[in-house]
Amino acid sequence: MTEGRLSDAAALARRREALVAARDPERTVIAVCAGTGCRAQGALQVVEALRAELGAQGAAGRVEVRATGCLGFCQAGPLLCLQPGGTVLRSVAVDDVPKVVASTLAGEVAVHLLYTDAESGEICRTAADIPFYRAQQRLLLGASALLDPTSLDDYLALGGYAALVRAFELGPEAVLEEVGRSGLRGRGGAGFPTGRKWEAVRRAQGELKYVVCNADEGDPGAFMDDALLEGNPHSVLEGMLIGAYAMGAREGHVYVRQEYPVAVARITLAIRQAREAGLLGADILGSGFAFELRVSRGGGAFVCGEASAMMASLEGRRGVPRRRLIHLSERGLWGRPTDLNNVETWANVPQIVLRGADWYRAIGTAGSTGTKIFSLVGKVTNTGLVEVPMGTTLREIVFGAGGGVPGGKRFKAVQTGGPSGGCLPAAKLDLPVDFDTLVAEGSMMGSGGMIVMDEDTCMVDVAAYFLRFLAAESCGTCTSCREGLDVLHGLLTDITEARGTRETLALIEQLADTVAATSLCALGTSGVNPVLSTLRHFKDEYLAHVDEKRCPAGVCKALIAFSILEGRCTGCRACALSCPADAISGERRAVHAIDPGLCIKCGNCRDVCRFDAVLVS
Amino acid sequence: MDDPERQAPGGAETSDASRAAAVLARYPRREPGELVNILHDLQAELRYLPESVLQEAAAHLGLSPSQVYGVVTFYHGFHTEPRGAHTCTVCMGTACHVHGAHRLLEQVERDVGLKAGETTADLVLTVEEVGCVGACALGPLVILDGEYHGHMTGDRLSRLVKRMTAAEGEE
Repeated sequence: MTEGRLSDAAALARRREALVAARDPERTVIAVCAGTGCRAQGALQVVEALRAELGAQGAAGRVEVRATGCLGFCQAGPLLCLQPGGTVLRSVAVDDVPKVVASTLAGEVAVHLLYTDAESGEICRTAADIPFYRAQQRLLLGASALLDPTSLDDYLALGGYAALVRAFELGPEAVLEEVGRSGLRGRGGAGFPTGRKWEAVRRAQGELKYVVCNADEGDPGAFMDDALLEGNPHSVLEGMLIGAYAMGAREGHVYVRQEYPVAVARITLAIRQAREAGLLGADILGSGFAFELRVSRGGGAFVCGEASAMMASLEGRRGVPRRRLIHLSERGLWGRPTDLNNVETWANVPQIVLRGADWYRAIGTAGSTGTKIFSLVGKVTNTGLVEVPMGTTLREIVFGAGGGVPGGKRFKAVQTGGPSGGCLPAAKLDLPVDFDTLVAEGSMMGSGGMIVMDEDTCMVDVAAYFLRFLAAESCGTCTSCREGLDVLHGLLTDITEARGTRETLALIEQLADTVAATSLCALGTSGVNPVLSTLRHFKDEYLAHVDEKRCPAGVCKALIAFSILEGRCTGCRACALSCPADAISGERRAVHAIDPGLCIKCGNCRDVCRFDAVLVS
Repeated sequence: MDDPERQAPGGAETSDASRAAAVLARYPRREPGELVNILHDLQAELRYLPESVLQEAAAHLGLSPSQVYGVVTFYHGFHTEPRGAHTCTVCMGTACHVHGAHRLLEQVERDVGLKAGETTADLVLTVEEVGCVGACALGPLVILDGEYHGHMTGDRLSRLVKRMTAAEGEE
């Protein structure tokens, strides 16, 4: 427990020294990933079982069990990382706990829980050995294994808030200069230079200024910000403190999605801890700088990720964007100068201040410095969070860290940038991922969602999926967005339901251009990217739907039929039992048949068949 | 999880009002900017936002009822109709979509005869969809009464929903 206010930088240094001195670096720690993915796979039960088992063995004092934030490799969860030594254990179930404890206490490794690389057959002991981690540079995520996100002491012991002290020594102007020179750009997706934004807010007239953290991670398929807030909330808080100090802001907000209850709880706790320790409030560390921070929960509206819509939401109004004739840096929240940065942007700030702009600029590319976290999901062998230097190619991420497409399937596309981004085909895999390169190909890096699609994914269906999402999320201000996205969704549905013609395709392109040209905010202007990019890179697939009334991926129900392959069916009855429409007949041990008149094409039969006997044509 | 008190006629309203008052008392500064936070807290307490409670919130913050109603209906996270004792939430994020999330939603809609966003007449079950909950690596994902179930299949979902609504406190 942290006790008492830290009156100045010297008191912070003494607290840190005492914490470090009291800790035995040789003490065994079992870090259990308790990020969203591992929690869903039973990580918290594993934590409890480990503590109970250690207690039963009378070793609770010798080994610490630490529930941490996301360690990234969701595919192999629940994931354990043992320190010192860094042994990684994967897919640990409650049943494995006695063996984990016994081997740990004996100073041995539970070999059967080590990760085996499917390709090389190599058994990997530490993260450095595992292909998923090999190309990663985990500047932001790396600390997660080393700290309990509910402990300020853990963060302090690792050097936390030293960057804030450094900022106070440098003074606001020098901090601005350093952040500007680092080349840091907004991680929310727009990529605006952070230093320039800060400069504008610092120069803006006004006694009261605000800094806001955008944690309304709305892109479906992306969870980097969630992982940072859950796993290392104080790093985000420290970044905001430094920014507020540089810009002369006295108040701040963290705007978090309500769909992330754990992130809300963690940042709320971190703020309380910081306040009790004198790291928030009046005269922080005796510097004379005062700052207050509050948490505001989103209401579940995608458009609130847009800056002016978020301001409206923070003011208790409907989250509707407005025309920004005057920049938010001059007139933002409550009409006052406001700086808005994304979670990941804030988390970069302490390291830039502490280690310097030159160090930071050496990572990544000239135009896009530093690392970027990607959520690598979909049809990929190794799913999880990947943090790599900017400029890493799509191929290195999808096939290097991700291990390619599972099940011997063929890679078809990678979708980047969420609903504002696009789908890129195999021919584009060698492009480097940074703020600027993918834009030329009709997509964008965006906030870091990366969804891999294989031959079983229909690109027309994916485009329809994004349009359905965006049409539902349109705030309704602009007619072109409100009506246009809805009509576009209807046109794509025409194609997936076998009513599409070549004229439909032409109309889609024309309407998409109109929506992009006449909408106020990015929801409309870039919301047409998924459909335009799929039309550009996967025209053949559209034409198969339109000309031949065929869905090559076997997804669009109106264009497919289910049947059972005689040579493969063993008559096990599994499909018949799973069929909600009673469309499958056949005696036990005899070949089954699907009645096409009754079949509703739900696909349950294919899911349950262990003999690959269900054919989709 | 279930809340029999809410269904009791007569007494329920008084209790709604007093519970709402207790939530509002946590916001003594009465700042309009707290509206969304207040609505979340009220909903956490009452499980939905009845009109009378929205009136109370408007009065507490000095806002017009229409502004509060506008906010409530703008955001997807708020409910103005009573909710079922159990909730089945199908994640419709992109990663879940490519793993067939729409098929799961159709399965549960077919099983219980509801559309997403609807609640059974006996207030036992609400079926809804969510944009993304950040557990993308486990797609397709379904959340049953707050508990995450990854790599779901239609067949398994049918069984889990049946079990959840048939008896309390399982799994």
